[in-house]
Amino acid sequence: MRESAADARPPVISVLNLRVSYGEREILHGISFEVRRGEILVVLGGSGSGKSTLLRTLVGLEKPTQGEVWIKGVNIARASPSQLDQIRKKVGVSFQGGALFGSLTVGENVALPLHEHTRLEASTIEIMVRIKLEQVGLARFDDYMPSQLSGGMKKRAAVARALAMDPEILFFDEPSAGLDPIIAAGIDALILDLKKAYAVSMVVVTHELASAFLIADRMLLIDRGEIVAMGSKQELAVSANPRVRQFLDRVPEPQVEDELSYLQMLTENRKTRR
Amino acid sequence: MRTAEKITALPGRLGFETLESLAYLGRLARLVGQSARVAWLAPWQGQRLHSQRTFHQAMAVGVRAIPVVSLISLFVGLIMALQSAYELRRLGAMQFVAAAVAVSIVRELGPLMTAIIVIGRSGSAFAAEIGTMKVTEEVDALETMALRPVAFLVAPKFTAMLVMVPCLTIWADFMGVMGGCFFGVAGAGFTFASYLEATRTALLLRDITTGLVKSALFSIVITAVGCQEGFATGAGAEEVGRSTTAAVVKSIFGVILVDLVFTALFYFTNRG
Repeated sequence: MRESAADARPPVISVLNLRVSYGEREILHGISFEVRRGEILVVLGGSGSGKSTLLRTLVGLEKPTQGEVWIKGVNIARASPSQLDQIRKKVGVSFQGGALFGSLTVGENVALPLHEHTRLEASTIEIMVRIKLEQVGLARFDDYMPSQLSGGMKKRAAVARALAMDPEILFFDEPSAGLDPIIAAGIDALILDLKKAYAVSMVVVTHELASAFLIADRMLLIDRGEIVAMGSKQELAVSANPRVRQFLDRVPEPQVEDELSYLQMLTENRKTRR
Repeated sequence: MRTAEKITALPGRLGFETLESLAYLGRLARLVGQSARVAWLAPWQGQRLHSQRTFHQAMAVGVRAIPVVSLISLFVGLIMALQSAYELRRLGAMQFVAAAVAVSIVRELGPLMTAIIVIGRSGSAFAAEIGTMKVTEEVDALETMALRPVAFLVAPKFTAMLVMVPCLTIWADFMGVMGGCFFGVAGAGFTFASYLEATRTALLLRDITTGLVKSALFSIVITAVGCQEGFATGAGAEEVGRSTTAAVVKSIFGVILVDLVFTALFYFTNRG
């Protein structure tokens, strides 16, 4: 019942048969999914699964070799630079290390998009910056330089900057990576608060299971460039798919496939790489 | 067999390297073109100029370089005076020391030494700054905020360098002449006034303008190479070091090459 009300509106992001390659190596092999309005979609995956490539493609940093990526009615795979700019002003991205500009203070970092894209007065911008910083719990830190912040604070500042233009979609790249459990829990709580306060749609790429199950409405598991499972978190939690179970139950990769490949690995001539 | 293969592979390598160099020149030209469009066309289209950032860059590139440039130019002027006096003394023509210093400094060494100093200070700084921003995903962050990295990072540098490097060159020319003057008064029988008079008569306006044109071109080369190497940085701290080194070395080579081309050009167009 609740599902159908949300489903009736068009999805905010629509990915169809997406293929992305780095040079000759194809990373994503024809992925399709949707992000519905107002939901938090968590993209789970191991290292090398292609989840970072997927995020980079969604925000327009990589061009797909095939397929379509529809964000708010624009196919960003084929959009002109000015169309892409218009979409980017409505989207906020929080990068893995924060990616705050080291030469600007926290306040100046958050103010940057407002300063460049709007004609608001400096005093208005300052107030808006303070609002965003307060929202992420960094109310008194607007004069600090990014190098003076801890890891968790940098991530919070990055979220504040992503929120500066009141985006309709937020992307998070590994928001809890490298943080201790308490700080990570703080970031998770922040993400849930944002969903309540702003009704934004969010795509969170992570491999932290605890965070994922806490914040997700729907989840999607990527493995080796393909979607292995997609559904609500309840559906994934009870899935019988072996790759899903391996990921969720934290089962390590088997060490040796068979004796022949083991011998081959030991005795073959390795080419030296530059 | 191996030796024969290596020899026959040489033309291929040469061709490959030539094509790579042309591709590199193309990338530099694209950077210059995009920056020029941002710096000069965009204001007419109603987009904002990043004047504060340009000013900040100009301070770093120009004003803070004055102490180094002054000292080095002073010493170079002194060196040129000493070297020319060494020969002129044997010919009993010490009165030409001032002219020798003036011409060599204003036409060649002023622009060139200034360019080398700016490469060491600013060319490396551009590569390191942009390279580090690439490694920390700050360049990606700029793109996702609809702020073009070239417009935001590179165009202010170009504008600042185009203004500041010729100014530094003029200052270097002056300090070089002063360095020569020091020797002229102390060891070549000039007075301060007679040295300056000799300098003035030795110089043509053409000498000064060719020096300034060269310095403007040098500034373009230094900025383009520094920024291009910064953007081409791979992942990790080691890459930043590598691209900074590459920026300095390639800039020096580029500057000398431009110097050769334009000195030859000025020679052949002014033989009359």
